[in-house]
Amino acid sequence: MAILITPETKILIQGITGEFGARHTRLSLDYGTQVVAGVTPGKGGQFFEHGTHRVPIFNTVADAARATGATVSAIFVPPPFAADAILEGVDAGLAVAVAITEGIPIRDMVRVKRALQGSPTRLVGPNCPGLVTPGPGPDSHGGCRIGIAPGYIHRQGHVGVVSRSGTLTYEAVFQLTSRNIGQTTCVGIGGDPVNGTSHLDVIKLFNDDPETHGIILIGEIGGNAEVEAARWIKAHCRKPVAGFIAGATAPAGRRMGHAGAIVGGTEDTAAAKIAVFQECGIEVAITPSDMADALLRAARAKGVTLS
Amino acid sequence: MNIHEYQAKALFEKFGVPVPKGTPARSAAEFDAALASLPEGAVMVKSQIHAGGRGKGTFTNGFKGGVKFCPTKAEAKAQAAQMLGQTLVTIQTGPVGRKVQTIYFTQASDIKKEYYLAILLDRQTSRPVIVASTEGGMEIEKVAHATPEKIHKVLVDPAYGLADFQVRHLLFRLGLTGTEAKNAARLIRNLYTMYWETDAAMVEVNPLITTPAGDVLALDGKVSFDDNALFRHPEIVALRDLNEEDPKEIEAAKASLSYIALDGNIACLVNGAGLAMSTMDIIKHYGGTPANFLDVGGGATREQVVAAFKIILGDQNVRGILVNIFGGIMDCNVIAQGIVDAVKEVGLKLPLVVRLEGNNVAAGKATLAASGLPLVAGDTMADAAQKIVKLVA
Repeated sequence: MAILITPETKILIQGITGEFGARHTRLSLDYGTQVVAGVTPGKGGQFFEHGTHRVPIFNTVADAARATGATVSAIFVPPPFAADAILEGVDAGLAVAVAITEGIPIRDMVRVKRALQGSPTRLVGPNCPGLVTPGPGPDSHGGCRIGIAPGYIHRQGHVGVVSRSGTLTYEAVFQLTSRNIGQTTCVGIGGDPVNGTSHLDVIKLFNDDPETHGIILIGEIGGNAEVEAARWIKAHCRKPVAGFIAGATAPAGRRMGHAGAIVGGTEDTAAAKIAVFQECGIEVAITPSDMADALLRAARAKGVTLS
Repeated sequence: MNIHEYQAKALFEKFGVPVPKGTPARSAAEFDAALASLPEGAVMVKSQIHAGGRGKGTFTNGFKGGVKFCPTKAEAKAQAAQMLGQTLVTIQTGPVGRKVQTIYFTQASDIKKEYYLAILLDRQTSRPVIVASTEGGMEIEKVAHATPEKIHKVLVDPAYGLADFQVRHLLFRLGLTGTEAKNAARLIRNLYTMYWETDAAMVEVNPLITTPAGDVLALDGKVSFDDNALFRHPEIVALRDLNEEDPKEIEAAKASLSYIALDGNIACLVNGAGLAMSTMDIIKHYGGTPANFLDVGGGATREQVVAAFKIILGDQNVRGILVNIFGGIMDCNVIAQGIVDAVKEVGLKLPLVVRLEGNNVAAGKATLAASGLPLVAGDTMADAAQKIVKLVA
């Protein structure tokens, strides 16, 4: 078991013929992911070829989903058109749309977020590395990789990872795998201020997943999503949770790379969030090198086995 | 992206948000013409910099106050001459301050009462929120802390836009009636239209005022825009003032690097925003101080690494460099070669610690070792941070 995606999940790629989308489609195919369709308006009927793979391309998401049974999409469409691509996925009734695109205007996302209300589609991202559910093979081959994360650093197992940041997630996964601790699913929710899936949404899914024995929650300065997740964990989650907040040294009012990583008031600083984590029983990683060890401490304290 | 008050006021006028009559001047030679365009009587003289706290600021030449009330035009001209070209230090500029390159003269208004009005994104609901208060002209954070009941908020549904009833509710809560209410309603609706149509990140009017004649005016204006949306607003991009930005940050943006200067002495070069932030944090944790935030992005090239080194070394405070790369997809060996080339090109004399991890890392470490450069390898983030802190101390 895993959350949101399994090695059997059939995915389609919106923007499969662009350079970025094509490169990561090849890497996902190499990882053993079931990439069954691509969408590029105007290129319907062509094929995306890679090794022995021959992935059909469609003009619309609805056509691709109907013909191939794909239920999840990865969106690699450039920023001016990305919000429209998400809406097309929602309209086609996909289960999950994962928007990798960085730099989508906030106003576009405000409208998308409104359109998602009452829709069965879950949006992950935008401006995110995507999701990985590791497979059973060597270097976790045979898993489901949606997005741009390096598949090979993963290992199939029982820890869930949720984060706003890409490379910081890889850092955490690498620490886990180096200690022979595998993962159920790793979810990058993205660094933008308006996104489809929050830390809390993912924490709830991990809490309900019997295969997930422990959770690493990685956050940053800005907003109060981590605080919201921490309070819910205190009230409802019995699994060991380790947390890390990036940006303790960030100056107030400056956007630190991610559009969402900006300290606006006293509530969204790293210190304030860390204080809430501690109050909510989350084992805080002292430094980013300490994320896996912090989870091991939390697991030991609760008598939980992670592997 | 931020703009100046005089630019914000010009946008306000374009969208039908009333402001006091005003004219900017960029040189002393323009003072007379600018003042002549205003009606006789009292004038406000306002230094134009991208920072708040101007009125309580002090110039580095000792002159106090970046915003002045002047009963006559003659006095306004004299005061402006003291400000133009001088460096203004406010609570928001840091000790270095900002050079005043434009003076904005406005007609002084008769104020009946001051209010606060702002429009920004509410992150919790992912909707625009209008924030208003009867406590205008003060720091809104202090008002929110001391008297939260005096802060009124309206969330706007992006599917329908700002509804009339929402504007009415806000006006009742602010205690506005009659002509004032009518004028304020029009101002709020027009300001919202401007916020939405220009892809503003935040619009703040502090204070918004009523006059004895029943007019409602935006006495100040602070506007910032969503950088992601600038591609569809060339008219906004044209308002950008590079004098207000750090030249190193401008240089970095040209090389598609995300760079922010800080005041420490250990420079860092990292891939990914989250990892870059936490690299700064771990330097601090081990007793050092970061000189910058620098994200070379997920797919850094050799050229970007070279550009990054040049920018880092342009900071005179830097005493050592920490490179932290988690090469997930990118080849660590390509990055290693980029580092070697960059170091040779810029002739580095400072201590350099490199932590490489990920794809093809063994080859990358071999390239660094074979280069003969005096760099130090770090195994983990913690190890690398401790090493650079020690080397710089």
